Amino acid sequence: MTRLLKALADALLVLFGVSTLVFVLLAVVPGDPVDVVLGESAQSADREAMREALGLNRPLVERWGAFYLDLLQGDLGESLVRREPVSALIAQRLPWTLALAGAALLVVLLISLPAGMLAARNHNRWPDRAVQVIALLGLSIPNFWLGPLFVMLFSIGLGWLPVSGNQGAASVVLPALTLGLSMAAVSTRMLRASLLEIMSQPYLRTARCKGLDEHAVMYRHALPNALAPFITVLGLQLGALLAGAVITEVVFAWPGIGTLLVDAIGQRDYPVVQGVVLVIAFGYVLSNRLADLLVARVDPRIGAADTGAGT
Amino acid sequence: MIRLAVVVIAVWLVAAVAGVIAPLDPSRISLPDILASPSAAHLLGTDDLGRPVFDRLLAGAGVSLLVAVLTVGLSATVGVALGLLAGYVGGWPDRVIGRVIEVFLAFPGMLLAIAMAAVLGPGLDNVIIALAVMGWVGYARLVRVQVLSLKQSDHVLAARALGRGDVAIVRCHLLPLVMAPVLVEASFGIAAAVVAEAGLSFLGLGIQPPAASWGGMIHDGVRYLLVAPHLVLAPGAALFAVVVAVNLLGDHLRDRLDVTSRSTR
Repeated sequence: MTRLLKALADALLVLFGVSTLVFVLLAVVPGDPVDVVLGESAQSADREAMREALGLNRPLVERWGAFYLDLLQGDLGESLVRREPVSALIAQRLPWTLALAGAALLVVLLISLPAGMLAARNHNRWPDRAVQVIALLGLSIPNFWLGPLFVMLFSIGLGWLPVSGNQGAASVVLPALTLGLSMAAVSTRMLRASLLEIMSQPYLRTARCKGLDEHAVMYRHALPNALAPFITVLGLQLGALLAGAVITEVVFAWPGIGTLLVDAIGQRDYPVVQGVVLVIAFGYVLSNRLADLLVARVDPRIGAADTGAGT
Repeated sequence: MIRLAVVVIAVWLVAAVAGVIAPLDPSRISLPDILASPSAAHLLGTDDLGRPVFDRLLAGAGVSLLVAVLTVGLSATVGVALGLLAGYVGGWPDRVIGRVIEVFLAFPGMLLAIAMAAVLGPGLDNVIIALAVMGWVGYARLVRVQVLSLKQSDHVLAARALGRGDVAIVRCHLLPLVMAPVLVEASFGIAAAVVAEAGLSFLGLGIQPPAASWGGMIHDGVRYLLVAPHLVLAPGAALFAVVVAVNLLGDHLRDRLDVTSRSTR
């Protein structure tokens, strides 16, 4: 229980640092937010009134305090362009991003579990080599090229799937594949490496000497012990999925928080930029911590040794 | 495989140099030639403004190389310096730098680069700054951890017993030993920087038109996927080839230099 509390305190400290970094980043922004709301030709009296309304006249430290007070109440400010609460804008779009990230995570699991086991089982034989080459290619292919390639092949060439947007459940397939493939490559490599390390352990030789077949060796002895590092990587990836979704969403015009972010950057709508960056960063931190806790559950050795010291 | 990778990287370097010294017209607009397919006159066809894709590809090679080298140089310098400081001095500098590292690691790298680029505005120099802000932390963490264990080793104790100063110990006895993992990290860093620059340019946050960037070319080409797929295929293939080659080189270096641990980021 104390470990859980300690992990929680640690996560809070990191979240504090992350939000401060985001605040500082956007407080020093060179452009004047007033220009965004009123246009650059506005009267100076109007500008002054707007500065007052937006709280830009107050000293930085005071704005920082106000930022935290608002943040604790779930208030992310108001969009400069749409004059709506940022939290409402994000709440509208977040389900789309979560759906995409979830589907992509499914792609990651469906590919990396079998591929990693296949490679480890056939160490240094052709299936292993093939998996390694494909993983290297998958790791290196940029989302914003893979996406158009998929569209060319599956939508234009074969006509199987919709090109973009929200045309029913089928439209999630291409974005999820695009987002999931490079991540699947990373976790496949990870699973292969940890399986190989475990398979060189004496207890696996013992298991084989007992007369267990390879299937039982893999599923009962190797895989459970390889899961801890695999889950850690998945935790890192779940957060990275949220961030990677930004580019994938733009490629497929997916109406999630990624397109919201890029649109807001284009309009210099800084409160929205700040809000989306915060939400993604928080999601990243939380999914990492969740993975840490899960790992401690799955692998008692880590639970005993680790004191929740974080990353 | 590694030979192929070296060849691809060599072609990249030559293309980057050629993009600067060869008489090319990456920005010459020629309206009669709009969206021409690859042919003898236009090796890789032309884009929606009739600009030669081949010339733009070479110009883009220069941009990606410049960004990658400067980004990695800047982030490695800052990261190694801070990592050495934290690891060697210890005490409060280590606690402060350690916390800052943790906060930066709590950000998905690309998100931080996007946010930085959004704040700084587009342009070559801002892209490099944004990517270095995202990149330094990997080197710092790596060097800090290495130095923490190395400074307890016998050869460092011996050097101290012989009366060598801190600067000399860091320079002669620690830095050379952390260079191998830093080199491996840097080669993966080159690949990451190439992809990130193209990604930022794809989002319109990187290199601005009319200057050529592979990411920007892909972005512009997506609209003409049906009529002129070469606009997306050519820059994407170049980007993909370079990234695969650099990653292969990184894997090779890691195995060669026997660097075991590497972040999965």
